[in-house]
Amino acid sequence: MELLSLLSYGDAGWGDEILSGIWVTISLGLATLPFGLLLGFFLALGINSREPSLQVSAKIFTTIFRGLPELLTLFIVFYGAQILGNFLFQKVFGINIEINSFVAGMIALGFVFSSYASEVFLSAFKGINQGQYEGASALGLSRFQTMRLIILPQLIKLALPGLSNLWLILLKETSLVSVIGLADTIRVTGIAARVEKEPFLFFSLACLIYLALTFLSSVGLEKIEKTVRRGEVR
Amino acid sequence: MSEAYVASEMISSRPRPAEARKSEWSVGKILGLMSVVSWIAAGIALIVFLITSYDPAQIEKYGPRYFDGFLTTLKLVAISVTIGAALSLPIAFGRMSSNKILRGFSFGYIYFFRGTPLLAQLFLLYYGFGSFRSFWQDVGLWWFFRDAWSIALLSFSLNTAAYQAEILRGAIMNVPKGQHEGAASLGLPNMVTFFKIILPQALIVALRPYGNEIILMVKGSAVVSIITIFDLMGHTRRAFSQTLDYQTYIYAAIFYLIVVEVMRRLWDILEHRLTRHLRR
Repeated sequence: MELLSLLSYGDAGWGDEILSGIWVTISLGLATLPFGLLLGFFLALGINSREPSLQVSAKIFTTIFRGLPELLTLFIVFYGAQILGNFLFQKVFGINIEINSFVAGMIALGFVFSSYASEVFLSAFKGINQGQYEGASALGLSRFQTMRLIILPQLIKLALPGLSNLWLILLKETSLVSVIGLADTIRVTGIAARVEKEPFLFFSLACLIYLALTFLSSVGLEKIEKTVRRGEVR
Repeated sequence: MSEAYVASEMISSRPRPAEARKSEWSVGKILGLMSVVSWIAAGIALIVFLITSYDPAQIEKYGPRYFDGFLTTLKLVAISVTIGAALSLPIAFGRMSSNKILRGFSFGYIYFFRGTPLLAQLFLLYYGFGSFRSFWQDVGLWWFFRDAWSIALLSFSLNTAAYQAEILRGAIMNVPKGQHEGAASLGLPNMVTFFKIILPQALIVALRPYGNEIILMVKGSAVVSIITIFDLMGHTRRAFSQTLDYQTYIYAAIFYLIVVEVMRRLWDILEHRLTRHLRR
């Protein structure tokens, strides 16, 4: 009972702090997702394109961000942006700026996410029959229209399982931003554990929170997958 | 009447149409050129940065530490992947077993370790379980739970065991049923069937995911630096906190990229060699 009161809402317990931590985790994941998806899609287009220069630069990007540990990427983006930003701003405006750890986390995780997402999109592109492009061209659709009306709807269906997996990975990786000072679930529970000297309680709570988040996500993703596949004959 | 369908005059010959314009500057080309130029610029900037901030005293001081950390990282990954592989066998079997309790237990195990961040697992084991000091002292395991290195090994082994169990299960399920039936019709015992017929075929399917898992472990192992283990990342963070020099991170990135790329190439060669009988 005494332990449970530690989790209560308000001044005495840690409930409200932990809830705000959960909110940070979720919002970081949701903020990274569109950015990573878009970048990943363009990376896949670049690797698929006929221009060797685009292929090479997209491949350099994915090789770097799939090869670096996420934690290191986070530090490189966080401190790199700080040094570069300070350097530029001091030259131009003569002021110091502070890089938001949320934005740094979003950029770093988005880079990593997009590198993996480009792989998913690439294999999805391979699953689309060449005849689809030829048919679209026979109908006189422009390249942009072909992509938007013909390819993308099929691509989403093919890429969804891989992207769902990446979302679950992303959700877990948001825990790393606690290291650069963002008050996410792990950081808040860590502080609570240190203050209350109940590390087992708070860290197992953190694990349960992540389990709940992944469980809810997988339920939601299953729903989305069903919606996307509703046109298919079973 | 039929005359309407007969051509009465020839179409006079026209000059051939102008050659289709080959666009020299498509959007893709411009974008590609821009991105290549910016990569080259970034590379040059990086090299200039590394040269201008080159300091032999620091290289001499931190170089051996980085190498030491690099070896620690490799050791951590090698040991935990091996232990994880051994652990994954019973878990994968539990997951496929007809016994409800075994199945439920291994499902729960896999769900827990795949559903929570490695960082949270590490904290739970190191700080959480480490807080029951008197209990561990009573059972004589305090030396184990006190030591960050052994906890790191434990949590990494448990974590990768869950992932490897799923890889193994997927690969075993992938072996056609006829292989089991054929072995049964030859009268082979279950053990022989599994180790001589099913597992070799399953491992070939599992080769690629295993390679990915090892690379993920190399990258994931950077997290142990947070519980005060001096792996490559740990030494990097200490070097940064002592010098506040950004190049410490650049060198770590180069180290990690080399490890991962070398591993990937080696794994490609290994796969090429092991699947040579499957190629036509």
